Amino acid sequence: MRVRMTTTAMVGALVLLTGCGAADMTKQASPFANAQGAKTLTLSVQSWVGAQANVAVAQYLLEHKLGYRVDTVQVDEIPAWDALSQGRVDAILEDWGHPDQEKRYVDDKKTIARGGDLGVTGHIGWYVPTYLVERHPDITDWKNLDRYASLFRTAESGGKGQLMDGSPSYVTNDKALVENLKLDYQVVFAGSEAAQITQIRQFAKEKKPFLTYWYAPQWLFKKVPMTEVKLPAYKEGCDADPAKVACGYPHTPLQKYLNADFAKDGGKAAAFLKKFRWTTEDQNEVSLMIADQKLTPEQAAKKWVDSHASTWKAWLS
Amino acid sequence: MATVTVPSPRLALPAFLKHQATRKLLLLALAAAILVPSANARWSSGTWPHALTVDLTEPLTSTSDWIVDNRDSHPLFLYFFGYVSNGVVLSVRAVYLLLLGAGWAGVTAAGALIAWRVAGARLALGTAAAFLACGLLGMWVPTMQTLALMVVAVLTSVVVGALLGLAGGLSERLDRALRPVLDTMQVLPAFAYLLPVVLVFGIGVPAAVLATVVYAAPPMARLTALGLRGADKEVLEAVESLGATARQRLLTARIPLARKELLLGLNQTIMMALGMAVIASVIGAGGLGDRVYQALASVDVGAALAAGIPIVLLAVVLDRVTAAAGHESDAPARWTAWAYAGAAAVAVALAGRLAGRLDWPGAWTVTIAAPVNEAVGWMTDHLYSGVPVVGGTADWAGHFTTWVLDPVRDGLQGLPWWAVLLLVAAIAWPIGTWRTALTAVLALAATGVLGVWEPSLDTLSQVLAAVAVTLVLGFATGIAAARNDRFERLLRPVLDVFQTLPQFVYLIPVVALFGVGRAPAVAAAVVYALPAVVRITAQGLRQVDPAAMESARSLGATGTQQLRQVQLPLARPALLLAVNQGVVLVLAVVIIGGLVGGGALGYDAVFGLAQGDLATGLVAGAAIVCLGLMLDRVTQPTERRAKKGA
Repeated sequence: MRVRMTTTAMVGALVLLTGCGAADMTKQASPFANAQGAKTLTLSVQSWVGAQANVAVAQYLLEHKLGYRVDTVQVDEIPAWDALSQGRVDAILEDWGHPDQEKRYVDDKKTIARGGDLGVTGHIGWYVPTYLVERHPDITDWKNLDRYASLFRTAESGGKGQLMDGSPSYVTNDKALVENLKLDYQVVFAGSEAAQITQIRQFAKEKKPFLTYWYAPQWLFKKVPMTEVKLPAYKEGCDADPAKVACGYPHTPLQKYLNADFAKDGGKAAAFLKKFRWTTEDQNEVSLMIADQKLTPEQAAKKWVDSHASTWKAWLS
Repeated sequence: MATVTVPSPRLALPAFLKHQATRKLLLLALAAAILVPSANARWSSGTWPHALTVDLTEPLTSTSDWIVDNRDSHPLFLYFFGYVSNGVVLSVRAVYLLLLGAGWAGVTAAGALIAWRVAGARLALGTAAAFLACGLLGMWVPTMQTLALMVVAVLTSVVVGALLGLAGGLSERLDRALRPVLDTMQVLPAFAYLLPVVLVFGIGVPAAVLATVVYAAPPMARLTALGLRGADKEVLEAVESLGATARQRLLTARIPLARKELLLGLNQTIMMALGMAVIASVIGAGGLGDRVYQALASVDVGAALAAGIPIVLLAVVLDRVTAAAGHESDAPARWTAWAYAGAAAVAVALAGRLAGRLDWPGAWTVTIAAPVNEAVGWMTDHLYSGVPVVGGTADWAGHFTTWVLDPVRDGLQGLPWWAVLLLVAAIAWPIGTWRTALTAVLALAATGVLGVWEPSLDTLSQVLAAVAVTLVLGFATGIAAARNDRFERLLRPVLDVFQTLPQFVYLIPVVALFGVGRAPAVAAAVVYALPAVVRITAQGLRQVDPAAMESARSLGATGTQQLRQVQLPLARPALLLAVNQGVVLVLAVVIIGGLVGGGALGYDAVFGLAQGDLATGLVAGAAIVCLGLMLDRVTQPTERRAKKGA
């Protein structure tokens, strides 16, 4: 009896504590937000370094010029959309195009608002190292790939050539492409971008041949020059049916998205994030500092901010 | 050979065991002779027959859509999950604000004083040093976030675990019902159930805390039940004769008598929860785990290590302090000393506050990233390939893949499905009972029914290879440690570090050494599982009855003879436990190996999580659980006859 009463009391206390009535799961910030009276916002960082660069610079300016405290959370792309709709994070600064999510959250539920162009255009493709192209100039056309399959063989590729794909969170049609273009290749998933980069650098150190799924803009091109392999040209809608894809990837102007409530009531921070817009070169500069020179994201952001005042002043006005 | 002190009576009767095992195998052969032809006639394909699969894609996808569409409006979420979620957020926030409010000086002082009261001056110094090191590494705020998360997760796990344990300890029937549930919870690799939790609670702290509770509550439940059952009968009778009611007996006798087990349960729960701290970062838990995960993204081992060290330090400190609390004799609590300690902590916190030194001073940090990265870079530059005579690590990885992993995988996948099931039964039955054998067979069959037979066998081949390597290395090191005290002392901190270091920290060096593929996944699993195997082996060998050793020595046995004929046979239960733990731990990491090219079920689980694809992720997760159950049963000799009630 006593036990039941304590349970009731605890549930009652919880109800009081959380405000009576329904608990809205769309309005739950991180428990670490707004600690010690500081204005806090939470940015989602994706696992690639370009996304880290965006967030580092935005975070630096928000903290040093606008007086916010910024939390960052690393989340994969699709879960990040979900987190954004629930208000667990306030903004995604670099989205590579997720039509399903856009329809669900932006158009239907209206819990996420568009934040405009990031200013950077992204492109996915298949790449080989440039030193390999110097040895075999015709390797850059998909039609010739089969002749070179034996060059790309590894312990994991089962007698075929290895096409290395990266993180499971990335947009890829490669398995279907290999099948539909009837290539003598096996897609091997590195499982994370970190593993993929590490492997690419090991190959490059020994000038070994490799064929990999990769994307631009990316800082690694500065360290390991790579050339894109020409796939059948992309046409609007040619990738509509995932099973029948037989074309390359589009060029995507990368987008920003904000939590709808934050976009409305986020004050200076929301206004700033909407105006945030820079170039591929800017992003690569910061990315290279983080990933290759091993500066912390904050140091890298400071370096960039110190030398590009004219660019970011416009975002604050 | 005097085997009086050996717990299991079966060891003394190898002939009987052999006889029984033969009988079981004969029975199995008979059953196979009847069943296989008919199964083969109906579904002739070698691989799992399509007719026996159930496709869950459709229902799982629609469930997932339903949850996302109704999460903001359905009463189930508004009035139940929403409250749970809010409750978690509020409590974590409360603890976090308290920690921030106490400031770094206050937290360090409080930690040290608690350690002093519970475990003495040496551990107090160690605790203070550990907290200061977290600050020095520039990780103060993330450490506090992780600590806040841990406090809430551990408290919840302890409450949940203790309630389950209480039920199991007091009622035989509940205990029987609970045991398989707890078994399953413990064998479940954490990665497998992150996705459903995320779907309901969304990314972030609530999901992370709840996933941690699922993972960390079972040891508390088990040990509570064990402690309550193990209470001294005479004391209980004495209390009863004094006319105490059932509740009084529980509160004044059984629970205090179970103190040691309860504290061991707390200790285990804390360790499991910390192990989860990093995995939970994949679903946005924040704190130290998130720092490790973010560093991984920029391939920065040094930064990952800087965030990983505080986790190791927290784990070691909490382990030692709670373990010391368990050993402490039942001296009456001296409240005055506690009061002084509390007052001192408050005073330090206030002093810090007045001095305006709440945040860790930015200037007091040491960066270890650069030298660590240089060391890793040197290692991979010089070991990856072209090492004279032995060849580079990349060559080893290649050979290991072609000569070990490929044959095992192709062998398993090439066998007819019923042959694989028979094989499992033939291994499990002689070791255990017909129940364990049946569970193992059904668990493996379930992966076929789920439609992931081939990837499951792929994962299984990786687990088998990793377990083999782990056991060879682990037994060798464990034997060396048991025979040499100095070596064991040197080994202890190394084992501590490897047991608590987040796996994400060494994923990148492993790829840099072994390339992308299944080989690095196996290597990472070996690193993770090795310490437990070494520890259990060494402990088992050391606990062998000294009298038996003495008599062997007096008969003039050499060191090797002693080891082979006395120590190893007598330590058999410990060695089997080492095998079992090795298997479970390896499975947990082979899944994470999906992040470095391990493929198979691990990749599917990661894919499901990354793409929010419940159908792929949950099926892979369920298959992992089934594999875990199967491997656990196959390697777990039944102890039902040997000891009751555990």
